[in-house]
Amino acid sequence: MPDRFVTRGFVGRREPTGSAQAARIPPGQHLVRDFPVLSAGPTPRTPLGSWSFKIEGLVKEPASWSWADFLKLPAQDFVKDISCVTKWTKLDTRWRGVSVDILLEHVELDRRAAFVTAFSDGGYTTNIPLPDLVNGQSFVAYEYDGKPLAPEHGGPARLVVPHLYFWKSAKWVRGLRLMERDEPGFWESLGYNNHGDPWKEERYTGD
Amino acid sequence: MTEPIDELVLDGNAVAGALSEIYGDDMTTVLAECASCGNVDHIGELLAYVHAPGIVLRCTACTTVVLRIVQHPRGARVDVQGKRIPRPPK
Repeated sequence: MPDRFVTRGFVGRREPTGSAQAARIPPGQHLVRDFPVLSAGPTPRTPLGSWSFKIEGLVKEPASWSWADFLKLPAQDFVKDISCVTKWTKLDTRWRGVSVDILLEHVELDRRAAFVTAFSDGGYTTNIPLPDLVNGQSFVAYEYDGKPLAPEHGGPARLVVPHLYFWKSAKWVRGLRLMERDEPGFWESLGYNNHGDPWKEERYTGD
Repeated sequence: MTEPIDELVLDGNAVAGALSEIYGDDMTTVLAECASCGNVDHIGELLAYVHAPGIVLRCTACTTVVLRIVQHPRGARVDVQGKRIPRPPK
């Protein structure tokens, strides 16, 4: 008798695009069309004239760019799905920025460098394993949807690591520090996962 | 000028429930001293950022973090950085 209640039409009517979309939403997440703003503090207002981006820590010589110099670096467009640990996922977000691979070309990494702490205006930090930032997996974005990145979304520039939960994509990022050991950042030090892969639901420590 | 993001700021009274669940008591009238600038506020007056993976209470004078809460599935995690605030009971 169950067949009378579970019709083929009921289970089989999903649009191809719908199911293709569903396959891009990690477990425990729901799709949003807007772009929620999350923030753990006031929005920093660093004038572009005093903005800089640094790569420091376990590198032979640190590298630093002014805003004007940063804009001269080779930039790329990125279209990425993003997932926040607060359970929203947004598909096909459009960014422009500089690949972290390009930035790392300007430094000589110490062989001990294995982890990165991204640090931001306002004191925010987040820790990411170095292998998760390289080979085209992350970038420093300064445009979103064809416009300068808005301050509430991390402008003038934010790190974007789209394959990890979005708290790893540090807003107002000002640099990357290469580290030998993983050092928990702002949320990681209070129980959030050091890695944060949405497809494995690595939300909290021990997940 | 009020920026859009700053409209998301609440005050510590907005997290009275989360705090009383942790401490077993109303915490909003407890005094908190900023470890950075020494400003003293009632916890209920602190700047509260709740649109985030956790709750962050900050000093009204210098915005330094005073207290953080993460509602971890295996029990709330609390980080007290301000002075005068009692440690949460275990």
